[in-house]
Amino acid sequence: MARITLSNLAHSYLAKPATDADFALKQMDHVWQDGGAYALLGASGCGKTTLLNIISGLVRPSQGRVLFGNQDMTDAETAARNIAQVFQFPVVYDTMTVRQNLAFPLRNRGKDAAYIKARVDQIAAMIGMETILDRRAQGLTADAKQKISLGRGMVREDVNAILFDEPLTVIDPHMKWELRTQLKSLHREFGHTMIYVTHDQTEALTFADKVVVMYDGHVVQLGTPEELFEAPAHTFVGYFIGSPGMNILDAQVSGTRAQLTGGVEVALGHGYGTPKGRVQIGIRPEYVTLTQGDGLPFALTRIEDVGRHRIVRGTVGGQLVNVVVPEGQPLGADLTHVRFAPERINVYADDWRIAGGAV
Amino acid sequence: MDKTQNNKAWFLVLPVLLVVAFSAVIPLMTVVNYAINDTFGNNQFFWAGLEWFEEMVASSRLHDALGRQILFSAIILAIEVPLGIYIALNMPKKGAWASVCLVLMALPLLIPFNVVGTIWQIFGRVDIGLLGHTLAAIGIDYNYTNDPIDAWATVIVMDVWHWTSLVALLSYAGLQSIPQAYYQAARIDQASRWAVFRYIELPKMQGVLLIAVLLRFMDSFMIYTEPFVLTGGGPGNSTTFLSIDLVKMAIGQFDLGPAAAFSLMYFLVILLVSWVFYTVMTSLDRQESR
Repeated sequence: MARITLSNLAHSYLAKPATDADFALKQMDHVWQDGGAYALLGASGCGKTTLLNIISGLVRPSQGRVLFGNQDMTDAETAARNIAQVFQFPVVYDTMTVRQNLAFPLRNRGKDAAYIKARVDQIAAMIGMETILDRRAQGLTADAKQKISLGRGMVREDVNAILFDEPLTVIDPHMKWELRTQLKSLHREFGHTMIYVTHDQTEALTFADKVVVMYDGHVVQLGTPEELFEAPAHTFVGYFIGSPGMNILDAQVSGTRAQLTGGVEVALGHGYGTPKGRVQIGIRPEYVTLTQGDGLPFALTRIEDVGRHRIVRGTVGGQLVNVVVPEGQPLGADLTHVRFAPERINVYADDWRIAGGAV
Repeated sequence: MDKTQNNKAWFLVLPVLLVVAFSAVIPLMTVVNYAINDTFGNNQFFWAGLEWFEEMVASSRLHDALGRQILFSAIILAIEVPLGIYIALNMPKKGAWASVCLVLMALPLLIPFNVVGTIWQIFGRVDIGLLGHTLAAIGIDYNYTNDPIDAWATVIVMDVWHWTSLVALLSYAGLQSIPQAYYQAARIDQASRWAVFRYIELPKMQGVLLIAVLLRFMDSFMIYTEPFVLTGGGPGNSTTFLSIDLVKMAIGQFDLGPAAAFSLMYFLVILLVSWVFYTVMTSLDRQESR
């Protein structure tokens, strides 16, 4: 086991990348601490899978280095890296039984038979397949096959890291929950570094201690779920995490005041000077409250009841604003204004968050 | 709910019935007619029952031809299937060279059968043929018109040259359909090259390989044109396969009765083997989707 460092890394699938847009992964420096449980979150096509394949050695990066501990592994074969990886779609060896499938990575590494048997039985219990160990893998359902793939990923004890590439896509929701819980307890027990790629924020937030959000080939933020919620470093994080995502409004900021379109003005929790570029303010729908006249004029468009709360959608000065209203709080026609909690407002210049100074 | 019964729709089937009757059923029944009758021309037939069949089943000439036929099919399957797989495994998977290889592989399949026979007929001649002359020049005693072994070797090499591409192209298509994730998983699992072939590629190619074997078996079992042009069935009877023998019997000697009985049995053998293949294939499919 080792810390995994990506140094100066970038990757393009083209032979001669010319512009920034040719890169699937933009230049990055990133450290995965030994024993961490990470979720790698981002929209489809943002480079998550490429990043995983670079770590496991299936893809050689066009530039930069991959270090395990202090050892340069950039050119090392997959086998030499000792990494387990589980793919999005089930990969099983059709002609083998479930037992042979689970034992395959161990057999290829020349472990002795008694150890293999003990280990396979242990993994089979974990994925709930003890009873069908001697069946051929070919005829099984997709989620059973994916459980075998997961089992094959976890069967080796001495791996440097286990990488999961959206492994639960094909598994039904109930089983998903259970397997994720098992992965989590596995992590607590053995302390493997785990990197879990997903585009499902619930999955990411329940699995990981640290969430890495990627956008358009960049790592835009690394943080705890709470940090991602309270202080998204990039407007994409604000929009991607949370349901609904953060309200983001164009504004002109000077000092502690933000001027929105339509001539409305908002107080900010901190001083920001006069930021350059495209300036926006962001506020979570949870921190917007409906009022009877205090705050900014709000034009309501519709109300959605999602069960545990209601989402009120409308506009402020022509820009979309969502408000989360807890269940049970009455919604009257007299609620014509909204108030933004000044402490909860983040300010962005060209999509990146800027830190506020003293008031 | 009551359904209206209207049997007029059956008339719509009539054109296809006519076409099938004229192109398949009636010609086949004519053969059946010849097989169970004796005739001296003038459309006069005398009932012969199963006599022709009995004669053919007991005929050592047919036994010999059948033996040669089975040996031939077995040899070319044993060469073409592994060779085709080997070629497919080594063909480039993408890029310009993949297209070039595909075109090169497809070329032999596009050459008419009798042209293939002629090419090899000339190629193998000792006096003017490139192959025959070269072999003679380096001191190998080769002459496919005199020596049965040489004739067999030439016919087999010709068939391999003509048809291995088919197996290779089918295998290639099977290989191309294997998702990249399987190879990646194998690398993660540290599988050897042989294990990748044995546990990933071969099982995934199983379906197309069965089709390839079926096609090559049927074609080789019915082979006529190429050996006929190359050796004419000789020297002696050494390369006289079933269909060559059949043509000799039916057109050369005008023994229509035995030839007709022979054709029917020939047809039934191929039908039987194809049915076995079909059954195996569908049962494999069922296993997969279970």
